[in-house]
Amino acid sequence: MKKKRAIENAVTYAVLIIISIIWLFPFVGLVLQSFRSYATEYGGMVNYLVPKSFSLDNYKFLFSGETNYVRWYANTLIIAFFVALFQTIIILCVSYALSRMRFTGRTFLMKFWLILGMFPGFLTMICLYFLLKQFGLTQEGAVPGLILVSIASSGMQYYVCKGFFDTIPKALDEAARIDGASRARIFVSMILPIIKPIIIYTALVAFMAPWCDYVFASYVAFGHDPSYNVAVAMTRWVWTNDYQGYFTRFCAGGVLISVPVTLLFMFLQKYYVEGVTGGAVKG
Amino acid sequence: MARGTKEKKKNALLSGLREIGTTFKEGDIKTRLSYFIFGLGPILRGQILIGVTLLLCEVLFIVYMAAFGWGYLSKITTLGTTLTHKVGRKTVYGDNSFLILLFGVLSVFAVMALIAIWYLNVKENRKEELLLKEGKTLPTNKAVFMSLFDENFHKTLLAIPVTGIFVFTVLPIAFMILVAFTNYDKNHQSPSNLFTWVGLDNFKNILSFGTQGMGSTFVRVLAWTLVWAFLATFVDYFLGLGVAMLINKKGIKFKKLWRTILVLTIAVPQFVSLLYIMRLFAPDGLINGYLIKWGLIKSYIPFWADPMLARITILVVNIWIGIPYMMLITTGILMNIPEDLYESARIDGASGWQMFRRITLPYMMFVTGPYLLTQFTGNLNNFNVIYLLTQGRPQSMSLKGNAGNTDLLVTWLYKMTVNETNYKMAAVIGIMVFIVTAVVMLSVYNRLPSVRDEEGFQ
Repeated sequence: MKKKRAIENAVTYAVLIIISIIWLFPFVGLVLQSFRSYATEYGGMVNYLVPKSFSLDNYKFLFSGETNYVRWYANTLIIAFFVALFQTIIILCVSYALSRMRFTGRTFLMKFWLILGMFPGFLTMICLYFLLKQFGLTQEGAVPGLILVSIASSGMQYYVCKGFFDTIPKALDEAARIDGASRARIFVSMILPIIKPIIIYTALVAFMAPWCDYVFASYVAFGHDPSYNVAVAMTRWVWTNDYQGYFTRFCAGGVLISVPVTLLFMFLQKYYVEGVTGGAVKG
Repeated sequence: MARGTKEKKKNALLSGLREIGTTFKEGDIKTRLSYFIFGLGPILRGQILIGVTLLLCEVLFIVYMAAFGWGYLSKITTLGTTLTHKVGRKTVYGDNSFLILLFGVLSVFAVMALIAIWYLNVKENRKEELLLKEGKTLPTNKAVFMSLFDENFHKTLLAIPVTGIFVFTVLPIAFMILVAFTNYDKNHQSPSNLFTWVGLDNFKNILSFGTQGMGSTFVRVLAWTLVWAFLATFVDYFLGLGVAMLINKKGIKFKKLWRTILVLTIAVPQFVSLLYIMRLFAPDGLINGYLIKWGLIKSYIPFWADPMLARITILVVNIWIGIPYMMLITTGILMNIPEDLYESARIDGASGWQMFRRITLPYMMFVTGPYLLTQFTGNLNNFNVIYLLTQGRPQSMSLKGNAGNTDLLVTWLYKMTVNETNYKMAAVIGIMVFIVTAVVMLSVYNRLPSVRDEEGFQ
């Protein structure tokens, strides 16, 4: 019996190690290839993983001013920061109202938003582009434009947050109301402190999304290089044939983006797991 | 049940109309004037805040309509008739179908809002009159204002989100739904050209299977979308569950390490990891490179060029993306399964597989049912994975409208909009996506065992 358990565990370890290798391989490759020099070897595709000599050429290139990399990076960071800030505020407001208060039109609003959510997001692209253009928020103004679009409709993403609110006993609110506290007071000084985990989760998810935003960002900023975000700008280095040999530069740029985002994520992982599992269970 | 609610709604409407009538009949002159000048009653009764707000709404509406709303709304039946043309050297701007449709829709919404506000205005008058008749005093303006932070706090909280969703989601969606009934495409671009209503022509086009129609393309793309969503959801789910169970196993150490390795996939921005993986499977990529070097294959494997192989590769890469999420979610739930269930099963001599079939799986399915559903609909619209990996390629001669073999409906929609500027068909595809999503949601949701009373949680 004991022997059987030992074999079982050995097999499990073997499987887990294989899984780990598969899952880590792309990241190891990304980092290794970012150190392959454009000058001494080749910046494009080669058939070996470990570069023959390590160099920081690709990283230097990114900061050399030959491209707008620093600008793209700053754009994305600005978008991510403001989206995280405002989206969290909006989602918290919506969740509180829908979870704690009962008013006419509440169920209608929830059903209506659910139906709206079934339309694919890019359907409205041309119309949104036109609206943004009216306010000068495309091309040169693409960064504030993207922030505006991301936060404007974020009220519909209240599900996880509201599910969390629902688990806080209502008796708490009622006791405070008997003591004469207003709804706003309860929200700010009682509820907000308890729901710190879900605030962090909401902000984290909102912060991560703009780093991958390709679709809308490419449409709104079209043709205006300085207002691209990293995803739009660097995708060209991989897709377009004009950029032969930019592959290792893409890797270097990718590493510089991934490291801070990944560290932040790992640091707040606990809250993320809590939010994701909570959201899944409550639907 | 359905009939009951319908009946109730009818009654509510009737009593609402009756109320408007009685308010006018029994109302004093202030109330009656309020029917035409919004908020006049409340203002005269000292309810300045409410009255002025109502009045402002009416004034805004009139200004909007007079300034340009009506100009567009009146042309909505034709979407414009005068082309932009040149008289001598001067360009004379004609109608712009895009603006007519957009502001026409906005005007319709404005009219609806006005009716709603008018009704609120009538109700407010009625309420005030009844209060005064009973000899009570009306709340002070300050009290009305402060209620926005107490019993009316929801209005404060929801004002900005609801406005944002209206302008940036509701209005554009209404606009695009209407575009599906026009001939708006690259030959009918405003402002140089006009577009107009064509009825159901576009829908006929997407459902006709002749040489001209897009029917066969649509069916093929739809089929792949459904197959993809099904496999991407369930294969990932069961593999994720399996990995979670491996990590959770008694006697396995470094649980946290294994989890962290997998979670890296979620942490690294997808556009970096997916584009890297895309190149990994490229003809000159690392995988083909090593396989050739080791003499396992003679010429490269066309991972992205062969239709079937491309689909399989996408599904495999998606497993790489999907397992960590599923692992995270199932881990928490697995730990919640009462241990004594397994204990008693073991005493009865159940094997590991039997325990999985009879205890673990039913429990998991019950708890994660709704999540699987949202995951499925999310995968129907999973743009990033497909677009970053293949952009819908490989192209195919037998597919119309620039669709490729791995295109989902949403990526096809995107290409229709950006590359083809075929807005009318993009709108039709968008509506189709909506229909598919809604059908899946409605048919599955009510059958889920775990759909409980929402209030039950509280």
